[in-house]
Amino acid sequence: MKKAIVIFFLAVFGYFMAITFLSPEFEADRNRNGVKDFYLEKTVSDLKTANTVTAIVVNFRGFDTLGEVTVLFLAATALGSILFKKRHHIGERTVLYPASTIVGSGAKLIFPAIILLGAYVFIHGHLTPGGGFQGGTIIATGFLLMLISYRNFSISHNILSVIESLAGILFVVFGFMGLIYGGSFLENFMGTGILNDLFSGGVIPVIYILVGFKVAAELTGLIYTILHEKG
Amino acid sequence: MEYLLFTIGFLLLVLIGAALYAVYQKDLLYAVIATGVISLALTGLFLVLQAPDVALTEAAIGVALTTIIFIITIRNTVRFEDEKDKKMKH
Amino acid sequence: MDTAELIRLGVYGTSILLILIGLYAVLTKKSLIKIIIGLSIIDGGIHLLLIGIGYVKGGTAPIFSPGSEDAVARMVDPVPQALVLTAIVIGFGVTAVALSLIIRLYRHHNTLNIDEIKNLKW
Repeated sequence: MKKAIVIFFLAVFGYFMAITFLSPEFEADRNRNGVKDFYLEKTVSDLKTANTVTAIVVNFRGFDTLGEVTVLFLAATALGSILFKKRHHIGERTVLYPASTIVGSGAKLIFPAIILLGAYVFIHGHLTPGGGFQGGTIIATGFLLMLISYRNFSISHNILSVIESLAGILFVVFGFMGLIYGGSFLENFMGTGILNDLFSGGVIPVIYILVGFKVAAELTGLIYTILHEKG
Repeated sequence: MEYLLFTIGFLLLVLIGAALYAVYQKDLLYAVIATGVISLALTGLFLVLQAPDVALTEAAIGVALTTIIFIITIRNTVRFEDEKDKKMKH
Repeated sequence: MDTAELIRLGVYGTSILLILIGLYAVLTKKSLIKIIIGLSIIDGGIHLLLIGIGYVKGGTAPIFSPGSEDAVARMVDPVPQALVLTAIVIGFGVTAVALSLIIRLYRHHNTLNIDEIKNLKW
């Protein structure tokens, strides 16, 4: 009975979504009067940034990104407080079996390469696909590999929180420097350089590197907390 | 243009199949792996639809981190949807 | 029907179907982990829908390479891509918090069935 009601509701919902998105009028309306052309032209003429998505995330909607990083920080904090334990109750990691020698050596061999890839991705965020969020996540994946391969591999929570809060404070400081030198919060106040140069785009690569450090520290701390949970 | 159509069609079929499998599978561990497959197919689709930034994000977060967090939760709670067979908890 | 039309209908139809499948799991399943799996399927469907809206027929990725500064007209829409990038990261945060709440609930009630959890008091 309940399933019949649910399927009826889903059929009605799906019908309205289908006639909205599959109609030819939607396709005709889609690209009219978009903000797309403005963003694309301003990115290449004013900001001299090759990757338009990076320019939108960091510059045009930089305040949005500040809020996003804050939400991620709040998620990590909430997870730590929900899974709170007294310090001497922190047990073994929930690794099912100890990793074999091959897995251990392979993880040790590949770990610096993963960190290097993550750093490359967020340093070149304004030139190639990628950026702070992607690079930070790749670095967190590298730490995850080490944490599930070695039982006694541990990360200091203090270092993580220092990196994380320092990157956050510097993000806000760059925002206020934009307010002082440029006239509005997170204004791009540095010289923009030449298109497709590593040092181009003004404040964009600096902020994305800070975001990369912040995201890497937050996600590593989050994984570390949830891996030490023992059921 | 033909190869693009075949690639997209294949990925869309994988997407639907993995989603149905994830919903109907009683063993939650298999369902979580199917969720990872959904993310993998989405990564390929984003790449074909010219969104490489989103593809990188989905590959790093959807395939790796979300799957591992689900697996840790299943390890700490129950593995089966029905919970009748609690002795089979690893 | 040409290929671009087929691609458009396929991508939109699949994302709507994914949203419906996820919604079905959220509304009918009893296990809390299954409900979170349904939420992440809905997430994927919405991301695919947004990227499909931004796609332009025969478009290129919105990244300028040397000598292609005038390729603006052929590029796909970067705005939905930026939105989806944000949405994926936030979705991961939401999933992590939800799963930690599930672990905490399991510690108290020793079950994940929502019908049984409803009858119990803290």
